[in-house]
Amino acid sequence: MNTMVTGAASFLGRFEGLRERLPGGRTPWVAKLRAEAAESFRAQGLPGRRIEAWHYTDLGVLAQLGFTEALTLADEAPALPPTRAAHRAVFVDGRFAPALSLLPPGAAPLSEALEATEGRLGALAQNLPIVALNTMLFEDGLVLDVPAGVDAGEMELLSFATHAGRAIAFHPRHLIRLGEGAKLTLIDTSLGEAEATYLHNPVYEIAVAEGATLSHIRIQREGRAGFQLSTVLATVQAGGTYDNFTLNAGGRLVRNEIHVALQGPKAACHMNGAQLVAEGQHADTTTFLDHAAPDCPSRQTYKTVLAGRSRGVFQGKILVRQAAQRTDGYQMNQALLLSDDAEINAKPQLEIYADDVKCSHGATVGALDEAQLFYLRARGIPASIARAMLVEAFLTEAIEGVTNPLAQEALSEAISGWWQKEAV
Amino acid sequence: MLKIENLTAEIDGKEILKGITLEVPAGEVHAIMGPNGSGKSTLSYVLSGREGYEITGGTATFNGIDLLAMEPEERAAAGVFLAFQYPVELPGVGNANFLRTALNAIRRARGEVEVDAMQFLKLSRAKIKALQMSEDMLKRNVNVGFSGGEKKRNEVLQMAMLEPKLAILDETDSGLDIDALKVVADGVNAMRGPEFSALVITHYQRLLDHITPDRVHVLMGGRIVKTGGPELALELEAEGYAKVAA
Ligand SMILES: Nc1ncnc2c1ncn2[C@@H]1O[C@H](COP(=O)(O)OP(=O)(O)O)[C@@H](O)[C@H]1O
Ligand SMILES: [Mg+2]
Repeated sequence: MNTMVTGAASFLGRFEGLRERLPGGRTPWVAKLRAEAAESFRAQGLPGRRIEAWHYTDLGVLAQLGFTEALTLADEAPALPPTRAAHRAVFVDGRFAPALSLLPPGAAPLSEALEATEGRLGALAQNLPIVALNTMLFEDGLVLDVPAGVDAGEMELLSFATHAGRAIAFHPRHLIRLGEGAKLTLIDTSLGEAEATYLHNPVYEIAVAEGATLSHIRIQREGRAGFQLSTVLATVQAGGTYDNFTLNAGGRLVRNEIHVALQGPKAACHMNGAQLVAEGQHADTTTFLDHAAPDCPSRQTYKTVLAGRSRGVFQGKILVRQAAQRTDGYQMNQALLLSDDAEINAKPQLEIYADDVKCSHGATVGALDEAQLFYLRARGIPASIARAMLVEAFLTEAIEGVTNPLAQEALSEAISGWWQKEAV
Repeated sequence: MLKIENLTAEIDGKEILKGITLEVPAGEVHAIMGPNGSGKSTLSYVLSGREGYEITGGTATFNGIDLLAMEPEERAAAGVFLAFQYPVELPGVGNANFLRTALNAIRRARGEVEVDAMQFLKLSRAKIKALQMSEDMLKRNVNVGFSGGEKKRNEVLQMAMLEPKLAILDETDSGLDIDALKVVADGVNAMRGPEFSALVITHYQRLLDHITPDRVHVLMGGRIVKTGGPELALELEAEGYAKVAA
């Protein structure tokens, strides 16, 4: 037996043991969905490096850990960051924490709303092993509906992992739907205690209707022994916008997969992100942009900063279907290596079937510029501050797309926090 | 103030400075003139601490302290300022943020209180006005998209803000029209006093029409080959380096 199969077996074993007790265990459509997911996961296993999409990210270490389910909620509330927005959904070890949350109208925990999500849960799921793992074992998540025409302002989604003394896994499933012309800024933060060993495996199914705008800011600051494998599955209808900014700044091994399908004319997507990767960390951002309708613009700017012995991955595929005439696609990914022991793997991919399209992509890899560093130091700025300024300048282009003040504040705190902890 | 003795330095095993001896007393302005490639910029980088140069011999002291043992930022805090021949562009770094960070870093190192945003604005506006610069320069990224003249003025603005004791101006006059040249010269002259010295590197007499040097040194092939009064600059202009140095 190789490690890949072992890793899958422990999750499958958990599923067999928990089956009846998982939410919806006695609801036929849920049970069916889970059983199918289990079959798919059994067939695929935890993806190994022989699978092209996983060539640069090795889950071997995760496969060996053998995760168990989270314990029931501890009485003690973890130390959460101060509330920023009017509404907040907090999940501790993957379970909804009502006492720490304040939900807006139209929001409910999946553990309560599950029965009502038939036909919706799983609608956007693709046959991806990490999504199947989630479907098989999800227990909770956020179900959020913003009705047509409503500007819901800002909302926070917060995941917090506690130190359970053993490796735990949780698989939240978030279902988010914006009605026609609706608006929402979702500030979505993942945190974990420093010593906690865990797998956070969230799947987001996001539907943005005609003319609606969802700005989704993900701030990943998992604990240093934590793993996150996340998948965003989003569809955007005519004239709608889905913006995703992801900051990857924590965890031992993290992969963010973002799949966005632009399904109506003039649907738009901005996918930006910054990965701050320090000693011993592995961060992977993999995007898939599906242009399925005409006249859609998409923009991607990803910046990765690597320090110590660390590894970063960026894979970005843009698919332009035959119907997607006058697509305007742009993708840029840049890496800044702060150490000789850091490594970046970048793989952009364009697949174009329409003839009238504008699509460009580019990639750069570099170190800090010696002349710039000297210029700052010659003005009296100590080397460590000078480096921080240049790193911040490097990130600017990716970050400036985030315009919501609350989101900006959360981001700049996370970035300066990273720098203070990991500064070289 | 600045004392250089028999300084030799090389890059990649190639000797560029071949034994420079030079003293700039407090309150004096000295000019260094010399043809391209003679080692003027190398000397300015060695004095301000740029990496990549190997000091193979000699000394350089600043008010008695060993300059060559200090980090670049320590030299700046001690009062050494280099106006770069080619000012560096810093995309993503705002000029105001850059200036204020530099000013406060130096003030911290000197044990002085830092200036807050309001004080900084007031201070920088006054200096900008004196240099006849436009205020929107503060909002732009450092040197990005600046014309040659704007870059040089920005160097002089930094000097005016940081108030060094020793300013090394590396061809700050090249690429400037007459008006800009006067502004730069006025900026330097405004700082002159018993506690301020400058090393003005230039090709041309014309800057020295506005900043009258106490001494003029001719640098050729990595050595000071001649030293004289301000009249030496005129002589160089009329006769050329080869003849004067011969
Ligand atoms: N980084 C470098 N590597 C190798 N040679 C250099 C480097 N920088 C300068 N030089 C050489 O050193 C000599 C002096 O250059 P420089 O100090 O810039 O002269 P100046 O400023 O007087 O024109 C030149 O021959 C130049 O080619
Ligand atoms: Mg030069």
